[in-house]
Amino acid sequence: MADRRKLVTDPLFENNPIILQTLGICSALAVTSSLEVSLIMCIALTSVTAFANLSISLIRHQVPGHIRIIVQMVIIASLVIVVDQILKAVAYEISKTLSVFVGLIITNCIVMGRAEAYAMQNPPLMSFLDGIGNGLGYSVILIGVAVIRELFGAGTLLGIEILAPVSMGGWYVPNGLLLLPPSAFFIIGCFIWVLRTVKTKQREKVAFRIMDVQVREHA
Amino acid sequence: MPKLPAWLKRLLAVSNDDPRKIVGVAVVLCLVCSVVVSATAIGLRPMQEANRLLEKRRNILQVAGLMQPGGDIDALFEQIDARIVDLRTGSFSDAVDPAAFDQRAAVRDPELSMVVPPEQDIASIRRKSHFATVYLVRDEAGEVATVIVPVHGYGLWSTLYGYLAVKPDGRQVVGLQFYEHAETPGLGGEVDNPVWRAKWSDILLYDDEGNVQVEVVKGAASTGPEGVHQVDGLAGATLTSVGVSNLMRYWAGENGFGPFLQNLQQELADHG
Repeated sequence: MADRRKLVTDPLFENNPIILQTLGICSALAVTSSLEVSLIMCIALTSVTAFANLSISLIRHQVPGHIRIIVQMVIIASLVIVVDQILKAVAYEISKTLSVFVGLIITNCIVMGRAEAYAMQNPPLMSFLDGIGNGLGYSVILIGVAVIRELFGAGTLLGIEILAPVSMGGWYVPNGLLLLPPSAFFIIGCFIWVLRTVKTKQREKVAFRIMDVQVREHA
Repeated sequence: MPKLPAWLKRLLAVSNDDPRKIVGVAVVLCLVCSVVVSATAIGLRPMQEANRLLEKRRNILQVAGLMQPGGDIDALFEQIDARIVDLRTGSFSDAVDPAAFDQRAAVRDPELSMVVPPEQDIASIRRKSHFATVYLVRDEAGEVATVIVPVHGYGLWSTLYGYLAVKPDGRQVVGLQFYEHAETPGLGGEVDNPVWRAKWSDILLYDDEGNVQVEVVKGAASTGPEGVHQVDGLAGATLTSVGVSNLMRYWAGENGFGPFLQNLQQELADHG
């Protein structure tokens, strides 16, 4: 049981897919300008990762090695289309803002990465939990970034006004940069910095000491 | 583990490297996936269509200022009539059915549309449908209170699609609202800002001679007599503002709804 719990909780901070594995950055940049959209994106990605892991794990003994990546892609792509269709039916407004990015879950490295690295070697239930865990790890970061961007970029959270912006007669001057994709880079960068300061184990070993050489030459 | 039939067991036992197995797995997988995908798509289509219609109606109600929070869109829409206008003549037409007509599809149909000559194409729309669906809002007495026409044109990144609502004199704007665009959020995207949208109300499209005068100006609208035709530009979104200005001038002009709006009183009296 402890193993199973670890499958879900580990990817949250210990082995976070965005921060430690640096996967799935692209959509984290694109959709986080509003919290509501990010939440839907998180649900979509978590369910796709979980069910892709489940179905791939179910047929893992029957998948020929030569075409395993294509098999994974077909399953993931089908699940993404299903999620996209469901969104268009039940959350039309949000699906309009998200449309392209839901489709791009297909290429989200987290889904592919977990399918290839975990679901191909492990039983269905464990794979399903691993999918949920990694989806949640992605969600934690996405929601964190979205809260910062929406609150300070637009003065709202979930569309509800928190800091009254000047354009609506309030006092808060929104930081327009936060609404543009590059700001998510800075925020994720800060998250990585903070997490690696707290959990020193996550620091990578320096592969090359180029700076040292330069410093010595100048000295 | 349930008992599997013998033939299935034999199939599963084939080596994964056998070419027949590779082809077999691929075919079965594709079949299963396509069934799942098409079943979802077809099963959810009615809900998706309903959403699209609701969305369109909400926008039309909003631009006419009739939308109340929590109001029932279908009930509110009862007071609105959809009619077809022939843009070539500027008159109401019965050539196509307003319920079924889709202007954005018609633009791609050579039978129903024409190429806009480049020198006239200030809104960069390239092709123009011969027909357009307009909406007439009636008050309690059954008189037409507002006329809503669809407009579109190119901004900075995208084509902006929206509705323009005017008074029955065909001159005074009630509201302008875009329902689809991909302008920069926070800059050009401010076309959706209610404060800016409110600036459109009571703007006059034409001067007394019937010339198109409406425009979005850089900075603030003039306080002089020409101010009644001007709307403040969006700060930091010059190209989007120019795009909105151009599309308004195009659709208010002689190639757009000009002939229709200028004769609106007559038209409504004859066919309204």
